[in-house]
Amino acid sequence: MSIYTFPFDSSETPEHERLGGKCTSLAIMTSAGAPVPPGFAITTDAFDAVMNQTTLREHIARVLDGLDHDDVAEVDTRAAHIRELILTQAVPDDVRDDTIAAYDALMTVCGGEVPVAVRSSATAEDLPDASFAGQQDTYLWITGQQNVLQRVRECWASLYTARAITYRAANGISDEGLSMAVAVQKMVNSRTSGVAMTIDPKNGDRSKIVIDSSWGLGELVVSGEVTPDNFLIDKVLLHVIDRIISDKHEELVPTGHGTVARREVEAERRNSPSLSDEELIAVARLAKSAEKHYGSVQDVEWAIDADLPPGQNVLLLQSRPETVWSQKETPVNYTSGGSGIEAITRSLLAQMGTRT
Amino acid sequence: MTNAMTQTVARKSFDSPYDLEAPPGAEGWKELYPYNLVFQENLRDKENAKFWFCDSQHWPNVFKPFETVGVEFAVRCLGAFNTRHYIIPPANGIEFRIHNGFCYMSPVAVAPELIGDRVPHFMERAGYYFANWDSLLENWKKKVLGTIEEMDAINFEALPEMVDLEVITSGAGIDPSAKMMADYDRLIQLAYQNWEYHFEFLNLGYVAYLDFFGFCKESFPGIPDLAIARMVQGVDSVLFRPDDELKGLAELAVKLNLAEIFAVHEGAEQRLAAIAASDGGAEWLAAWEKAQEPWFNYTSGNGFYGSDVYWRDNLDLPIGYIKDYVARAARGDVLRRPTDDLIAERDRIVGEYSDFLSGDALATFQGKLGLARTVYPYVEDHNFYIEHWTMGVFWRKVRQLSALFHSYGFWENTDDMLYLTRDEVRPVIFDLATGWGVGADPIGPTYWPAEIERRRGIVAALATARPEPAFNTPPETINEPFTIMLWGITTEQVQQWLAGDDQENPGLKGMAASPGVVEGFARVITGPEQLGELQQGEILVAPVTAPSWGPVFGKITATVTDIGGMMSHAAIVCREYGLPAVTGTGSASTKIKTGMRLRVDGSQGIVTILE
Repeated sequence: MSIYTFPFDSSETPEHERLGGKCTSLAIMTSAGAPVPPGFAITTDAFDAVMNQTTLREHIARVLDGLDHDDVAEVDTRAAHIRELILTQAVPDDVRDDTIAAYDALMTVCGGEVPVAVRSSATAEDLPDASFAGQQDTYLWITGQQNVLQRVRECWASLYTARAITYRAANGISDEGLSMAVAVQKMVNSRTSGVAMTIDPKNGDRSKIVIDSSWGLGELVVSGEVTPDNFLIDKVLLHVIDRIISDKHEELVPTGHGTVARREVEAERRNSPSLSDEELIAVARLAKSAEKHYGSVQDVEWAIDADLPPGQNVLLLQSRPETVWSQKETPVNYTSGGSGIEAITRSLLAQMGTRT
Repeated sequence: MTNAMTQTVARKSFDSPYDLEAPPGAEGWKELYPYNLVFQENLRDKENAKFWFCDSQHWPNVFKPFETVGVEFAVRCLGAFNTRHYIIPPANGIEFRIHNGFCYMSPVAVAPELIGDRVPHFMERAGYYFANWDSLLENWKKKVLGTIEEMDAINFEALPEMVDLEVITSGAGIDPSAKMMADYDRLIQLAYQNWEYHFEFLNLGYVAYLDFFGFCKESFPGIPDLAIARMVQGVDSVLFRPDDELKGLAELAVKLNLAEIFAVHEGAEQRLAAIAASDGGAEWLAAWEKAQEPWFNYTSGNGFYGSDVYWRDNLDLPIGYIKDYVARAARGDVLRRPTDDLIAERDRIVGEYSDFLSGDALATFQGKLGLARTVYPYVEDHNFYIEHWTMGVFWRKVRQLSALFHSYGFWENTDDMLYLTRDEVRPVIFDLATGWGVGADPIGPTYWPAEIERRRGIVAALATARPEPAFNTPPETINEPFTIMLWGITTEQVQQWLAGDDQENPGLKGMAASPGVVEGFARVITGPEQLGELQQGEILVAPVTAPSWGPVFGKITATVTDIGGMMSHAAIVCREYGLPAVTGTGSASTKIKTGMRLRVDGSQGIVTILE
């Protein structure tokens, strides 16, 4: 196994200092059974190899030597120079080869070349704040080896923005040991998407999972333009109790270039279930494990990825606590409550449809 | 019969029994059965006003006249405990008729205005039984075993050339024919007695089950019936003990190096002789002898037919099953049912549903589950004591008497007495007693052979047609919980029958009776004599199964039946063996052919014909 890459579904323990925060979290979620989109980390070892096995580290040190951190224009100029160095530095062969191998493996899982997201994954307080790196260095819908490699370098280079350099200087953080991991993750290609609630909102019954599901991305369902399929599932046995298949006349689908296309659903598909029974149970299982993990009723956004093989194609997009129904007191008005022969009699009569 | 398949609009009613022709060759069939069991011409309007469904779950085959004893005793006693013992407020018994050789049932509701008055009686009576369940049940077992013991002591023997000298010297003054007549009456009476006991607890067992069932349905609307069944059901019913005994004997045979004997020899006699001659054979034979009483009072039928073969009367059967188990044990298969897994799964299910409740609701859930679990074992266990053990002894005595008459030339085959009703047997005994007493020939041997031949033809002709699933107009909704639970007859099921075959849908829907999904090849089995045809890994498709088919459940991967609910025997046995089952499909055994590839989804109750 390469020290330069780390697949999110690796059986090894993810180490934060090698994977950074984002990749560690993705790897932990994957191993906990929360099916995030597949991908891999390019570890800090890769960055370190680039820095240490080439002249890059000395080169950067020279550029930063004697920098006046209060001179904003000068900081900007030198930061741009360093980023240019990182973007043009030849990468050691083993780092390059291992990255390509991990990328190819990911594409194989996806059944061919599909777009990915490339994101920086910072390890520590090297950057002003965690979200800074994450927001700044996210490259979506990236296709092809060369483009991915280019974006990886851009993530590395983000360690040397003017703001980052100033921040480290102000906080006395040395460039010694400064490193960066990068996440490469499949872009979700929603064939079907929806939400799963781990409660029945009709009556507050916590033994149910309610799933709404429609073709493509979920926006048309949210905006009320398409009525989703609706499924009621027993949470304990994971059996389908009720299903309503709706006319789903339109869908939104990703184009692969970062845009979304709206299109008519062809006749034979619009009234067909947007989830197979196996997928339905997989979605329910996902919602149930999210509820268990977070210890409260959950509202889970999920998608079926068109590129991934059955068994791996149900993806967790987001899970948040459900607050409307789970807070509500919805006491059952029992006719069969209590115990003893009185209760038995009442319950027997109620079931025969003859209440006294 | 109108052809449902050509109709485009679903009909609202089934045919009337009065409009249904008997198959050719079955003319005059009504005279084979007691007058009160057939639809009488002068009651046409009254009988047509009722909805009747076929109980092919308990009576899948055409009755020979003697065999109506089972349905008569069982269903009468079922009714009496609802109607006269416990005064179950909304439910009386079930009327039953025989039509074209098959059994039809119609539950008798209580008029709504009478229900209220019944409640205090029910609470007093049923309440007493629930409160004293364990001690009453202990007494029940004594009563039932006492009946069996008395029945077992009955012996029908040839009448002597002259009465014993002892009759003279003791001054008894009565000859053995009187005893034969009394013994026959006693045999019938003892069977009746144990059928009374059969329902003493059963109906209440179902009531407690339904109480828990109703609470679960209110707490968790739409909860699968299967979930409720699995929470209540035990894993160590007496009903599975005979099969477990065979497994134990198979394991012992492997341990004692006797496995080879089962492979190279044929039949019980040869194999037992070879075992007797082997080292370790004595130890195995001791275990074999010990297992037989009472566990070989067990039939691969269901106890309702005179042709049911009991293990102890045909040792080839258990030895054959042991042979299969020995082969599997030698291959390293685990023979025991996955009881630990079943218990763990049951605890998980109970635990998860409990977690959704709190406070009073949780306490009620636990209380009702506790009562259901106390009373439920009876629902399974009684089957061994009555259907297997009692009826095993009963049919053995009936066959003994039949064979005796056969030896006197009354009929051609040893079991032909089954073509007489039980009330026709008394005059036959008197006929024999008269001939013997007078010193002349009895009349029977010149009368019965031809009459039995005629009846045999009628029964065979009746058996050429499958029964109609129901008669007349069904109620708009079926909400009688016993009907739903025991027979799997739901509003939806009845509508499906009315709609006839759905040509476009190559599948069947039924009860999700035991969870899991498998694909495999079908083997259609219509009677226990065909069980030997089952191959490893096949899916068993049958009109109905009996719990005693246990030994073949190690071979199959799933079960599909025409009739039966969540609490039907097929459902119970499949859950105990951890196999998927879909029950109550209505027509699986005719729609599916041996060799078809099926997908059985026991979690959703769907059977798909793949090819």
